[in-house]
Amino acid sequence: MTDVIAVKSTERHRKLHPAALRVMHWINAFAMIILIGSGWKIYNDEVLFGWLHFPEWMVIGVWAQHALQWHFFAMWILMINGLCYLGYGIFTGRFRRKFFPIWPSAIIADIRDALHFRLAHDDIRHYNAVQKLLYTGIIAVIIVQVISGWVLWKPIQLSELTDLFYGFQNARLVHFIGMAAIVGFLIVHVALALLVPKTIGAMLTGGPPESVDDPTSPHANPAR
Amino acid sequence: MSRSPSSSIFRPPNGVDHKIIEQTTPIIQKLDRRKLLRGSLSIGALSMLTGCSVSDSDPVQAFLTAVSAFNDKVQEVIFRPGHLAPTYSEDQVVKPPRFNAFYNVEEVKPVDGKSWKLELAGLVDNKTPWTAEQIYGLPEQEMIIRHICVEGWDYIGQWSGVNLKQFLERIGADTKAKYIAFKCADGYSECLDMATALHPQTMLATKYAKEPIADPFGFPLRLRTATKLGFKNAKWITALEVTNQFPGTYYSKQGFNWFSGI
Repeated sequence: MTDVIAVKSTERHRKLHPAALRVMHWINAFAMIILIGSGWKIYNDEVLFGWLHFPEWMVIGVWAQHALQWHFFAMWILMINGLCYLGYGIFTGRFRRKFFPIWPSAIIADIRDALHFRLAHDDIRHYNAVQKLLYTGIIAVIIVQVISGWVLWKPIQLSELTDLFYGFQNARLVHFIGMAAIVGFLIVHVALALLVPKTIGAMLTGGPPESVDDPTSPHANPAR
Repeated sequence: MSRSPSSSIFRPPNGVDHKIIEQTTPIIQKLDRRKLLRGSLSIGALSMLTGCSVSDSDPVQAFLTAVSAFNDKVQEVIFRPGHLAPTYSEDQVVKPPRFNAFYNVEEVKPVDGKSWKLELAGLVDNKTPWTAEQIYGLPEQEMIIRHICVEGWDYIGQWSGVNLKQFLERIGADTKAKYIAFKCADGYSECLDMATALHPQTMLATKYAKEPIADPFGFPLRLRTATKLGFKNAKWITALEVTNQFPGTYYSKQGFNWFSGI
């Protein structure tokens, strides 16, 4: 009995973004920027599309070998940090509280509201359906990106995995599309954060306490 | 540079601008002289890195070089000695193979097969040099495998020659040693870890598509291994050394990962 009360009390005082989550968010941002910039440099050496070369000012690494060094350093940061994040999200129940359920009807309604500039964002503690979809979607994209990255790094040692992508060149294409999806997400994510600046503050300082009594929250009970 | 056809549908139509390579070669050599890439992991490097300094100043470069050395170890651990690379059918073979070197194909200096010899050094019982005739007379292995370049392109090639493990046994090499080092007629140097050297799909290649290898692709003798990136496959080999001392390699000195397994 006392345990339940204690849990409730921590729930009430927990910030929207606990410190561990904020640290993981910014580590991920750091690794992702390095991976994208160095990936563009690596891509430039053998482009997939003749019309697309990334300008030198936006790539990381003076020469291809430096870009490769950056890429194969940041991949460890992304993977280790990403595993910590997935473990944290699953075991603390954060994924369940924040991301689920995602109803298609709610997504359609939110898109309609957004197009009419009516989408509510006064309470940054609650993600709307589009946010839930984007956040879970980008997690899935990054997981696929890590797997296709392993295939590109070790196409022979992991030849069984390479077959799943129908070969090395198709894995390159998947890795490129994954990058494009992440960059697209990043543009929307940063633009919306700038439109609602208190979300940036929340990711730096933790934001408002999470309430468990909020009836709009799908879990008035401690989510453990 | 002329580029041979590749089976890849993603190959760019006009290849790479080689004026850029000509312009940058002296700079790369200068970087090499400054031993920019030397150094070791330090707290200082780490603190500069977390300062988001995306530059190639020395401490950052030293840190990245240390990470690359760590990645060498990881690759040695995950290497599967008995795992065979996929092989392909003869109708998938690209002829001629695609050229790769640190200079243009027009600058290739052909090796005279009559006066050529393969010198042997290091932990080897019989150091008698081999002539081309002798090497071409050895039992042949053939494999149709994919060549994957660090740049991202690939092609399927058909290689014949003497299995490296069998050759090492023939010359009485110490296969407990760490490295097999290669010296090449064009000044290139390469080095394999022993596990890769002993892999069944690693050979000293003498033929491509059943014909003696053409000059631009390493005549009379080149390395061909199915488990390394393209640049690891030394061409125009003139000397082979079995050693426990890491000899350094042409590209690893410039910052490319040494192990470069695939």
